[in-house]
Amino acid sequence: MLKLLVNKLALKTPRGVSKHVRGLSDKKLAWLFVSPTIILLLAINIFPLLWTIYLSFTNYRVNRPNRDVKWIDLRNYERILSDSDIWQTMQATAHFLVSTLVIQVLIGFTLAFLINKKFKGNDLLTTLIVLPMMLSPAVVGNFWTFLYQPQIGLFNYAISFFSGVDASSFSMIGDVHLAPWAIVIVDTWMWTPFVMLICLAGLRSIPDSIYEAAECDRASQWRQFWTITIPMVLPFLMLAVLFRGIENFKMFDLVVQLTGGGPGSLTTLSSIDLKREAFEKWKTGYSSAYAVILFVTVFGLASIYVKALNKVKDR
Amino acid sequence: MSFSVTAPSPRTKLISGLIVGLYALVTLAPLLWIIATGFKSGQDSIHYPPKVLFEPTMEGYVNLFTTRTRIPSDQPPKDTTSMTWYEEIVYKKGEIIAEPSKYGERFLNSTVIGFGSTALCMFLGTIAAYAFSRFKVPLKDDLLFFILSTRMMPPIAVAIPIFLMFKNLGLNDTYFGMIMLYTAVNLSLSVWLLKGFMDEIPVEYEEAALIDGYTRFEAFIKVVLPQAITGIASTAIFCLIFAWNEYAFAVLLTSGDAQTAPPFIPTIIGVSGKDWPAVAAGATLFLVPVMVFTVLLRKHLLRGITFGAIRK
Repeated sequence: MLKLLVNKLALKTPRGVSKHVRGLSDKKLAWLFVSPTIILLLAINIFPLLWTIYLSFTNYRVNRPNRDVKWIDLRNYERILSDSDIWQTMQATAHFLVSTLVIQVLIGFTLAFLINKKFKGNDLLTTLIVLPMMLSPAVVGNFWTFLYQPQIGLFNYAISFFSGVDASSFSMIGDVHLAPWAIVIVDTWMWTPFVMLICLAGLRSIPDSIYEAAECDRASQWRQFWTITIPMVLPFLMLAVLFRGIENFKMFDLVVQLTGGGPGSLTTLSSIDLKREAFEKWKTGYSSAYAVILFVTVFGLASIYVKALNKVKDR
Repeated sequence: MSFSVTAPSPRTKLISGLIVGLYALVTLAPLLWIIATGFKSGQDSIHYPPKVLFEPTMEGYVNLFTTRTRIPSDQPPKDTTSMTWYEEIVYKKGEIIAEPSKYGERFLNSTVIGFGSTALCMFLGTIAAYAFSRFKVPLKDDLLFFILSTRMMPPIAVAIPIFLMFKNLGLNDTYFGMIMLYTAVNLSLSVWLLKGFMDEIPVEYEEAALIDGYTRFEAFIKVVLPQAITGIASTAIFCLIFAWNEYAFAVLLTSGDAQTAPPFIPTIIGVSGKDWPAVAAGATLFLVPVMVFTVLLRKHLLRGITFGAIRK
């Protein structure tokens, strides 16, 4: 009854006033709806990040809680940037990052290009191909150590079957030359579908009419590919590279399970190294500085890249 | 000569189909191998050359769910007819079952934490996404970017303080701690995806409802939510899959009571060395649900993996 009255009143109030009243309650509702998310993110993301930054200027160690925590300015940062081991893990990370990106872009784009020929059953094949990327990297990485076993492993058997090399003569994760590629192969197997899906969306966004016009102008297939297909897909491709780049910079679970960072420290990527410094050697302050450096690097590279991406998009 | 100048010729289609088919075969081989190895006996799993055809056995699954000891050599032989089928399998290998393994518990932990964090994440994400989609929130773009940027952080970068925080609050190795953590990690994805889905629902529906006398809140519950249900469901599956697969935080923050399956499965070993059929059985049970969900999700897959950047 009261509600009806209120509604009638609301309908009769002048438009400006009612909008104002509704706007006010909307505002309250908006805050009510948004604040839990913001609070949780502040508590579990921003607060820890600030804490990491604070710790990075101290000599704190979790395993020595009774020692005085001293402010040591930038000494952690100096030690990290002058440490040759860390540069080696950075190199391993860069090798992993660049090779996975190049290979996945090449294979992913080719697959998308072929799927876009719209042969019968392309939907089914697309769904099957994407399966690996949704699976748990740790569990899958662990099983790949079995596939990589010399002699009994399926991977080694397949290689020896097609190339004639003895299956027990090489060990993908034990050999210093092969191990860096062993992790690239598994990452490529898992994540090529990601690049493929995004490229496919790009290819499908190109209207047929452009090709028809090019056909009327007698542009060759080759020319069409380089002047229509590639420029139109490029923004999509760059987006895929951005996502994969950030993810692989953070890479931890797959590689830890696959090689454990070995042999030696050849496949010790930054995240793995950081985890060891922080949770095995318990150098808390030092590893906090390490974490800050990694975070600034990924954030910096990503923002430069996004600027480039926006330029390509606007063109 | 076909009528459309741009349609690929039948020959192009055939060749493309064959190449993509071949790729699919190669890419699925490791997955099929996991499933097959789960049904192999210990000897068959390490046979050279690798066995494609083999006699299936439940040995791997029995080993997965039990811990066993060798039968002492001085024990008299037992009558196998009074045993259950799984006791018999173990007995024939010269072992007896000591107790159930931890796998069941770990799987249950993964389920509780996965569904718990997904439910919470969907609740928070839905209301926040609605506010971002419909209301004038001050600093909206900044807030949205802030939410997104939390996803760019390497988990290890915040792991140290989270580890300290959880230790001080007694949240290490608890359901509650892991649920809150995974909710926070997934919130960025759920807010961005859901905002996209809600932006697509015409505002006119709610305006009509508001004129009919619904309050804003009622309009949200009774008009917008039913419209957004597909979007909410697919976002939920993405959050669930992420929480299900997560490893880095799980291995740092859980060790017993709340340990999830991903850190546990690689630690499965048999009586003598690595028991690959049991590992494969554990992996199969863990991975197959995700494969099923992926097939169900295929229409929204692209949108989910790009945070809604590509909507198709």
